Amino acid sequence: MEAFGLLLHGFTVLLTWKTLAVMMVGLVLGIFVGVLPGLGGPNGVAILLPLTFTMDPTSAIVMLSCIYWGALFGGAITSILFNIPGEAWSVATTFDGYPMAQQGKAPEALTAAFTSSFIGSLAAVLLITFLAPGIAAFALRFGPPEFFAVYLLTFCSFVGLGREDKHKTIISMTLGLLLAGIGMDTVSGTLRMTFGWNELLRGINFLVAVIGLFGISEILLTMEERLALRGHTASISLGVVLRVWRDLPRYWVTLLRSSAIGCWLGITPGGAIAASFMGYNLAKRFSKDKDSFGKGRIEGVFAPETAAHASGTSALLPMLALGIPGSGTAAILLGGLMVWGLNPGPLLFVEHKDFVWGLIASMYLGNVVGLVLVLTTVPVFAAVLRVPFAAIAPMIVVSCAIGAYAIQNAMFDIWLMLLFGMVGYVFKKIGIPLAPFTLALVLGSRAEDAFRLAMIGAGGDLRVFWSNGLVGSITTLALILLFWPLIGPLFERAARLWRLPRGSRAA
Amino acid sequence: MPTPDAEIIVEDPTAPADNSLPVVATRTVDMITSLLLLALAALFCFDNWRTGIAWEADGPQPGYFPFYLGLILAGASLYGLVSSLLTRTGPAHVFLTRDQLRRVMQVFVPTLLFCLLTQWLGLYLASFLLIAGFMRLIGRIALWKSLLTAFLFAITMFVTFDIAFDVIIPKGPLEGAFGY
Repeated sequence: MEAFGLLLHGFTVLLTWKTLAVMMVGLVLGIFVGVLPGLGGPNGVAILLPLTFTMDPTSAIVMLSCIYWGALFGGAITSILFNIPGEAWSVATTFDGYPMAQQGKAPEALTAAFTSSFIGSLAAVLLITFLAPGIAAFALRFGPPEFFAVYLLTFCSFVGLGREDKHKTIISMTLGLLLAGIGMDTVSGTLRMTFGWNELLRGINFLVAVIGLFGISEILLTMEERLALRGHTASISLGVVLRVWRDLPRYWVTLLRSSAIGCWLGITPGGAIAASFMGYNLAKRFSKDKDSFGKGRIEGVFAPETAAHASGTSALLPMLALGIPGSGTAAILLGGLMVWGLNPGPLLFVEHKDFVWGLIASMYLGNVVGLVLVLTTVPVFAAVLRVPFAAIAPMIVVSCAIGAYAIQNAMFDIWLMLLFGMVGYVFKKIGIPLAPFTLALVLGSRAEDAFRLAMIGAGGDLRVFWSNGLVGSITTLALILLFWPLIGPLFERAARLWRLPRGSRAA
Repeated sequence: MPTPDAEIIVEDPTAPADNSLPVVATRTVDMITSLLLLALAALFCFDNWRTGIAWEADGPQPGYFPFYLGLILAGASLYGLVSSLLTRTGPAHVFLTRDQLRRVMQVFVPTLLFCLLTQWLGLYLASFLLIAGFMRLIGRIALWKSLLTAFLFAITMFVTFDIAFDVIIPKGPLEGAFGY
């Protein structure tokens, strides 16, 4: 139980007044961000990132991750009370959550949502606690070829398994990789794609791009829509909470199933949205009373919320252990780690024990504190929606600008943010996914470095990527995933051909 | 037990109408984007070709990766361009209606002005003007509320970033007059 001892140590790092205060501030800000229209997890974390620049890394990451938990909790409030999913993965929560609110059972629905979020996160955090150190220890043996193979796997799985048009995913990813290459080449020191422009020497900062792509573009998109809303108010009493919790054991199968789905899909890139729908659909399929789903059944709130939060949290596992983010928000947290000079990946567990275990301990504590906080303060946050958008929009613009500027103290970055805001707006409207772009931009130079170091080590021989069983199987798996849209149908046809003779023999 | 009719209602009188005239079709934007990406890819490819795209004894030259990434980007954009040229199905999908354009411009133009002003006046004064102006002119919120909100927000930002967190933010003549 080495992990347990380290976790206890993490709690001792965490239990100072300063860290606890930072945690509360992060949670409150996060719930705000989750409730406000046009903002969500990744945007909130990106915009509030500059607040943390002058903190020590542990306080900073505690604050950021608490903003993230808060945003996840906040998303459930608008889904249930207003039928407005704050995030794509809250959509499934509205199916049964909003009908419950219409029937006057909003407090029950909210309690169910918050509780299941808590359970989902807890399952994922337990997974991180006991799995991440092992994976990191294993990955310590990785050399550049292995790392490149893992990056390749991440990129390829996005292209091969993503639901968007393939060429759009490829456009998004190659554009991200290209922009990541701008500036000084770290291996040879040559300048690339700067076109003699001094401002480009620094390269394009990942966080500036993210603030524009998610923050500014979201404001533009939100303004475009009708902003009128009607919803229910609710305050949660202790009686309701206890009643819902008393019934909780009845749904243990749903909770367990959704947690498992969430954890699995969270670790593989880009899975949070799929997780919530899958959790919901499976709960429906295995239910004895299918027709009552969608009409305000509490199980229909438990299932998607547990899965969404399990996946949102477990997305941090590959980020911590391998340096590969499992979601957009994890990618932004990764960008934050780099700002504080921490290099995400297996070495983090060796070189920055305090930091890693402080973070993991904060996931436990943040979720407990968050649960109590949302249960007691829902009416306050629901009322935030009364604040007119005309007051909120300019404040978000200013926060974005401060964020973009503060990263490198460059006015140029504010203009870059505006440009990325326009790009994000157009891309979202014509269906070019932003997640591959984000991932490529944050991992691009690391992947290229790994490749070229592997090449230098192997004397320019590409066979190094098949030089041992481990790297060979990862590389092969990556290529299979990349061409899965072509290979998949072939498999199906082969399976059909194989089944056909058997079927005819039986007949 | 809360009553179900205890509701929060927010109206949006200037919401874009559903029957507003279309400005541009999604297909057109698709094609323009593809063309722009194609041009960008060509530019990147050219620059990397100058840097060097050969494969040396110890691996690729600096321009090697970006060059081929540029080629892939060009290929994918070309595919997008051709496929949007070939599809001619039914009524065009609207990218933006006139009302929507008006609303988007209502945020975009002030944001652009804000960025420009930040360069001359510093961020705090620019943000005061942006928030007060936006709330008053676009949100039609009472003048005193707009001014008060903007003032409090700018002060809060100043205290948070400049005093509490020591983050350096662009400043202009006004802050200079106070000795910052």
